[in-house]
Amino acid sequence: MAYTRMNPVSVFDELRREIGRLFDGYGPGLGPVSALSTARFPALNIWEDGEALYAEAELPGVSPQDLEVYAVGNELTIKGRRGTALEEGACYHRRERGTGEFTRVVTLPVEVDAEKVEAALKNGVLTVTLPKADEVKPRKIAVQAG
Amino acid sequence: MANETAIKKPESEITRTEHTRDRMAYTPQVDILERDEELLLVADLPGVRAEDIDIRYEQGLLTLQGRVEPRQDEAATNYLLREYGVGDFYRSFRVGEGVDSDKIRAELKNGVMELHLPKAEAIKPKKITVRSQ
Repeated sequence: MAYTRMNPVSVFDELRREIGRLFDGYGPGLGPVSALSTARFPALNIWEDGEALYAEAELPGVSPQDLEVYAVGNELTIKGRRGTALEEGACYHRRERGTGEFTRVVTLPVEVDAEKVEAALKNGVLTVTLPKADEVKPRKIAVQAG
Repeated sequence: MANETAIKKPESEITRTEHTRDRMAYTPQVDILERDEELLLVADLPGVRAEDIDIRYEQGLLTLQGRVEPRQDEAATNYLLREYGVGDFYRSFRVGEGVDSDKIRAELKNGVMELHLPKAEAIKPKKITVRSQ
């Protein structure tokens, strides 16, 4: 360590250098990016089974009252905001977490039953369950003997 | 069945100690700000429960780890869109020895952790009293 232990400033200089160093080795695209500034936020994972479509998004720091989820026909909209006020008088060594408003609209492959859509936010992860409309659910056709 | 459980358990314990190093981990996004009395580290840890966070501060090295189990059976799930991966979070910082390690505390809310690192008395400006004899 290059700093002397009694110097209060250099301890935090060291921290600052170390944090900077952590990012030097990163390849393109992996550096600190403001998540909310990217065109597609939030990132989505969507999967399905016979009954429903499921959409999941990581939204840390977004409270339920700042989040709106709409499902109309075959379109899902996730809209919200994450606000963190800059603290006056504090010195930021790192500011990677994005803030602001976001809207994401995705077209789903099938119509969903908008009345039965459910959304849950837990530990900063949003899960939307979108039951498929009755007319698109796989239906077993009874084969009649001739 | 009882035998099977008895045999499997030690194996899974070994896996648990190792996987933190072997499994790929995501780097959480953080804000770090310095106040008069403390450093505050704010980290996005979506999907991490409080009991799955492991914070260590040893010899000036702060290590932050959040364990995240898969939320779906990835092999059996029929994904239509996959824009992010789900897994552990890991990041470490060299903070030096200016932190009062006994008073470090953390809070977790909506997938965001706030870690308070109070500055040690030793690095706060200190007035030395000279005693006369």
